[in-house]
This record gives sequence, structure tokens and C-alpha cells, in this order.
Amino acid sequence: MNSEQKKEIREYTINVFSENHIGLLNRLTIIFTRRKINIESLTVSESHIPGIHCFTIVINSYEDLVRKVALQIEKLVDVLKAFYYTTDQIIYQEIALYKLPTGEVTGSIGLETLIRDYGARVLEVTPEYTVIEKTGHKTETQELLEKLKKHKLLEFIRSGRVAITKPMKELTVHLEEKEMAFNYILKEDESY
Amino acid sequence: MATASKTGCTVTGSEALMLSLLEEGVDVIFGYPGGAIMPVYDALYDYRDRLRHILVRHEQGAAHAADGYARVTEKVGVCLVTSGPGATNLITGLANAMIDSVPMVCITGQVASPLLGSDAFQETDVVGISMPVTKWNAQITSAEDVPRVIARAFYLAKTGRPGPVLVDITKDAQFGETTWSYRKCTRLRSYFPYPKVKLNEIQEAARLINQSRKPLILAGHGVLISGAQDQLMELATRADIPVASTLLGLSAFPSGHRLFAGMLGMHGNFAPNVKTNECDVLIAVGLRFDDRITGRLESYARQAKIIHIDIDPAEINKNVPVTLSVVADAREALSTLLSYVKENRHTGWIDTFGSFRTEEEETVIRPNRKPVNGQIKMDEVVHRVSEMTQGEAVVVTDVGQHQMVAARYYMFQRPGSFVTSGGLGTMGFGLPASIGAKIGRPDRDVVLFVGDGGFQMTIQELGTITQSKVPVKIILLNNQFLGMVRQWQDMFFRKRYSFTELQNPDFVNVANAYGIHAERCIIREDLDEKLDRLLASDDSSFLEVMVEPEHNVFPMIPTGESVSNVRLE
Ligand SMILES: Cc1ncc(C[n+]2csc(CCOP(=O)(O)OP(=O)(O)O)c2C)c(N)n1
Repeated sequence: MNSEQKKEIREYTINVFSENHIGLLNRLTIIFTRRKINIESLTVSESHIPGIHCFTIVINSYEDLVRKVALQIEKLVDVLKAFYYTTDQIIYQEIALYKLPTGEVTGSIGLETLIRDYGARVLEVTPEYTVIEKTGHKTETQELLEKLKKHKLLEFIRSGRVAITKPMKELTVHLEEKEMAFNYILKEDESY
Repeated sequence: MATASKTGCTVTGSEALMLSLLEEGVDVIFGYPGGAIMPVYDALYDYRDRLRHILVRHEQGAAHAADGYARVTEKVGVCLVTSGPGATNLITGLANAMIDSVPMVCITGQVASPLLGSDAFQETDVVGISMPVTKWNAQITSAEDVPRVIARAFYLAKTGRPGPVLVDITKDAQFGETTWSYRKCTRLRSYFPYPKVKLNEIQEAARLINQSRKPLILAGHGVLISGAQDQLMELATRADIPVASTLLGLSAFPSGHRLFAGMLGMHGNFAPNVKTNECDVLIAVGLRFDDRITGRLESYARQAKIIHIDIDPAEINKNVPVTLSVVADAREALSTLLSYVKENRHTGWIDTFGSFRTEEEETVIRPNRKPVNGQIKMDEVVHRVSEMTQGEAVVVTDVGQHQMVAARYYMFQRPGSFVTSGGLGTMGFGLPASIGAKIGRPDRDVVLFVGDGGFQMTIQELGTITQSKVPVKIILLNNQFLGMVRQWQDMFFRKRYSFTELQNPDFVNVANAYGIHAERCIIREDLDEKLDRLLASDDSSFLEVMVEPEHNVFPMIPTGESVSNVRLE
């Protein structure tokens, strides 16, 4: 890697698998704030392995720094593993909700087409407001936002990113390796 | 099991804490009581025959004492303090231990759990505050959690890269009851402190070392932490490789050995700094390439193939890009490495160190180590103490010029003999750390070198020395300045001495007031005799030496400059 590439700012998604301990989020964010890295989005949820949680963190930075940050995250006692990916290595989505006056929605033919064209769907309709949902990449939800702004948009909210990786080595494999290593070490310990 | 007779008995959280400490082999606690930790202190009263409690004079002193204790014993240092101000007073000590990888378990009292988050009297979010300066921390709100969390705390403090751990215990958890049983922690799913040595990496390292014509070893704190000094010696002598040391690596390799190249870094020796930029293979063991060691990174060892051995993967390529990394315990890595490293001679290369050594000797060392006239210099005091103790003492320092002078002039003979605040540079560390060191190693002489500035940051611990009868030998090197800062002002701020001059109390009277035998030395002719008396004393003893006020420490690499640009004057 030459120094040009090292300095190239790109979007990275960091996946952190951890025990669900109180305060871990705090420890995680300290690592970013110490290096003055802005977190673009953050999602926390339980993973498919009971008791293990996954943090999905999106930042804009350069590779060298992301690597160091990931290692420092992995150093946290309650963290099992931290992976980082460039955007092309993951499948990801964000969800956006838009609230509009129902009068606006029913009153303009263009709007319904717009909602359909964008693959959005209507979640709830009341006499006063209608809530529309769109799942996709930020560029898409943003584009729809810009269009809806012209239709008396009342509220808008976008979630953090959820991401699944294309590379294949999974967390469970890491966990098994670690377990094997532990057994190996502990057996050695006992034979002393 | 140390507490087997209690198994199955109902005990309070406080007693469970005492029993847990016994299970972990604790015999000394440095602490200070207060409201939120009183149930624990009450339980301690029944265990005071087995758990020696050292009452400090300030919680910062407890932390540094536990730190000093841990550094010389390979055990975990333990602190016990109250909530709020007691806990916040620990923070400097935690930060110090964190950056220098010292194993500590600090226990703080906390308000009762129903009051948490309500700004109750002496409630501080110490778990939140201490997060960036602890390896791990946790809060206990129920008595039954005490054994499990304490077991985990000790396990985490001492395994892998060691560090301080904080456990906050609410008052209701201290009062509450639980059934006693204890199981040591041996593993955690999310934590793997035993990176396995990879044979191919070791073989590659050996290949680089065997082929090298100008190798240089840099020994760091990790050598001492992992107990790798024998392996280091074997590697150095078999392959004939000079050994340079970081500040915290000092004493891992005997200072007088023909292969010892000296200390690295800002105030290190001339030869090892310059040679860092001339060697062909750099073998860095258990260190983290701190900026005080590397100077300007862009011109640090660019010509060399760098082998970096460290237990912490996050240190690899953090500051210095390396050719080969070995993530492992230093002792294990070196032991394995020894199976592949061949006998070698590098006489020509080693000879090239000579001229740098001589130059430093002539311009810096000789005039300062044995001056014939003028005021006493720090350098000669350290030199005399080194000779008188035959390099066998545990040397503790505070932070500043005297620290660098002690590091440079004391000739260490035994591993684990230097206790100093490296990464944080914490003034006020010295006096309490010397107390911890002496309590940890009562069999060894413990000599503290301290400046007149730093001494006054924790001077109240003289009271601890007296009350707990800790026979440390205190040498105050009084230059009547915040010497190290004054030196920078002299060199880089046109000698504008902005607030670095100190008007000091009569230190001899102060020490006397605490009941400590004290003397002052002003003229060179008295120095030996007074040092003799200090060192021969069985009790704690204090000697103030008035040293040249405006003396500068050399060599020096100015901040941000290359290690090649080390200046001798
Ligand atoms: C707690 C703290 N405050 C400030 C400093 C900055 N500092 C570094 S060295 C130094 C001067 C130390 O003076 P003294 O204790 O007299 O020792 P000397 O350098 O004279 O040997 C100061 C103020 C520090 N390292 N630690």
C-alpha cells in the first residue's frame, strides 16, 4: 500500500461482535472520539448467537486508521471480534420513514407514482397523516426525501446501517478457533 | 482453597470481598476509608491479620503505591477507596498504570443501588469516568456477584497485556448476604490473552537475525513483564547482538554488560539512538514505539528490517510499520526463537558503538558523573548511590530531570529494579510508588530519587511511611526549579523561565516533622558520608541534596526530530 492509498478517505463499515455488557457502547465510542472520528451511523442488535451483540458502525476514514481502530476495539475485553469492510464487501440497507399530510398523498397523483417508483410502501394512513417506508441505500432514501420535501413533508427519520458481509469467514469460525486455542492452552497449564 | 472452611456459609458482600482477595493471594491493600466503603472496612477489621492494610494519605498515593508494589512483585496491586472524591482521586493512578501496563485491582465504594443516577451524596459515575483508563471495569450491585466479578477482575488485570481494573461496589451489595463459594476465572469467551507463537513467524525472524550483519535488540517493559530476561541474555550473547533498552525496559539486561548499548529515546544514550538508524535488523521486544523513543517517525529506522514482538496486536504497525510481527508473550517468543538462532559474531558492528560511547563519555558523562568543582550535580549523586549499592537496589523515581539522570547513571544488576512512571510521566508517582515497592520487596533496598517539584505533589505520604514503618531511602535532588520544564524553556523558549522557579519549604524540617530522620547535603565533601548514613539506616531516611539549579540533561533529541539528531550539548 502506498501512502496515497493510505490517505484515501472512504466509507468503512465496522462490525463489532461483543458480549452484551453495560457500558461497552461507551468504551467503543471513546475509541472513535479519541481519534476524532465521526460516527456516521450506528446500529446495535442481538446476533444469531445467544448473548452476542453486533454493533454496525459506519465511518468515513482511511484504511490505515480503520485498521488501527478495529484492533483497538478488538482489544476491549468484552469484544469478541471486530471486522471492517469497504462498502463493496457488504450487502447493506437502511430504512427510512417519511410522514406526510394525508391530504397531500391523496390529493396528488404524482405522489402515488413516486412512492411506487421508489419501491416504498405505505405503512399507516390516518385522516391527518400517512407514513411511508423505504428500505435501501442512503442515496436512494435521500433522493426520495428530496422529492417528498416538495409535498409538505412533516417528519423524516433514517435508521443506522445493517450489513451482511460477502466474505465468508464467519464469527462462529473465529469462536471455534478461540475455543480450541483455549482448550489447548489450559490443557498445557494443567500438565505443569 | 484459602477459604474452604467458609464454603457454603452465609457471608455479607463485604466479607465475600475479603475472602475473594484471599483466594487471589492478596496480602496487602493500599486504601483510604469513607462512607460508601465502610461495610468493607468493617469486614476488613476481622481480616487485618491476613490482609495488611496500608493507610495512605491520599487515594492517588494508594494507586501509585499499588502500582509500585505490582511492578516489583509480579503480583496484582490492590486499592480500596470510597465513592465520589475517593474514587476520582484514583484516576491519575489508573491512567499511569494503564499506559505502563501494570496489573492492579481497584475497589471503589458506591452509593446504594436504588440511589444510582440520582446525584446522591458522594455519588460519581466512576465506571464512566474510569473507562478510558482501565483495562476493564464493572459495578457490583448485589452481594452474590462479588466472588465472580472479583475473580474476573484479577484474571483480567494480570493476564495478557496487564492493566488496571476497577470494581465499583454499591453499599447495599456490601451489606447484602450471599452463600460463599469461589471459583477462579480461567477464561472468558470474548478475551484471549494467550496468542500462540506461530512457528513460521519465528523461523522467519530467526532467518532475518541469522543473516543480519548489524542487528540491534530493543528491550521494552514486556521483557520484564513476561520474565524473559534470561532468554534475552541468551539471544544477545549467542548471536552477539547489542541490547538497547527503553526507559521501562531498564534492568531487564545488566547495565554493565559488554553488549548493553544503553537507553533509547529523548534522553537516552548517544550510541543506541544513532545506531537505531544504522542497524540492518531491529528486534523490538515488548515495547510500543512511544514517540519519546522514536522521535520523528518518518526518519525512524527506515533502513532496517524491523521485527516486532509484542503480546498486544493493536501495537503492531501502530506507530512504526514493521517487516515482521510476532504477536506473543515475549518469553515464549524468545524461547522458541532460541531454537533457531545461530551462534554469531558481530565484532565489527559492535566496535562501531565505541566511538559514540566515547564521545558521550567525554562530553557528557565524565564531567557530570565526577565533577571536581562547582555545585553538586544530580548525576554524581546517582552515580555514587549506584556504586554504594552495587547496582543491587530497587530504584524508584519521580518525573523530571532526576528521573532521566537516575535512568542513565544507575548501573542495574538485577531485573525488576527500576520503578518509574513512563508513559504518563506522572509527577507525584515516586514517593507512594517507593512505599509500594518496599512493601512488595522488604528484602531489597529501595531508593527513591525525587525532585523538589514532584515531591510536593504527594509529600503527605511521608505520613504513610511513618505510620506503616516503611523503610524507604528518600533522596531529594533539589534544584529549586521544575527542572525539566526549565530545561525546555532554556533550550526552546529563549530562557524565559515562566513559572518554573520554586520557593520551597525546609524539607529537612518537613521530614523531621513526620518523624523521619533527615539530613541535608550542600557540599560535595559531605556527600559520601551522608549517603552512607542514609543507606546504612534500618529505618526510613531522608537526604536532601542541593544540586546545581540550572543543569541540563543531555543527550537530548528535541521533540519531533530524528533519533540521528541526538544532541550532546
Ligand atoms: C502531574 C504533572 N504535572 C506536570 C508535569 C510536567 N512536568 C514534567 S517534568 C516537570 C518538572 C519536574 O520538576 P521536579 O520535580 O523539581 O524535578 P526535576 O526535573 O527538577 O528533576 C514538570 C512540571 C508532569 N509531568 N506531571
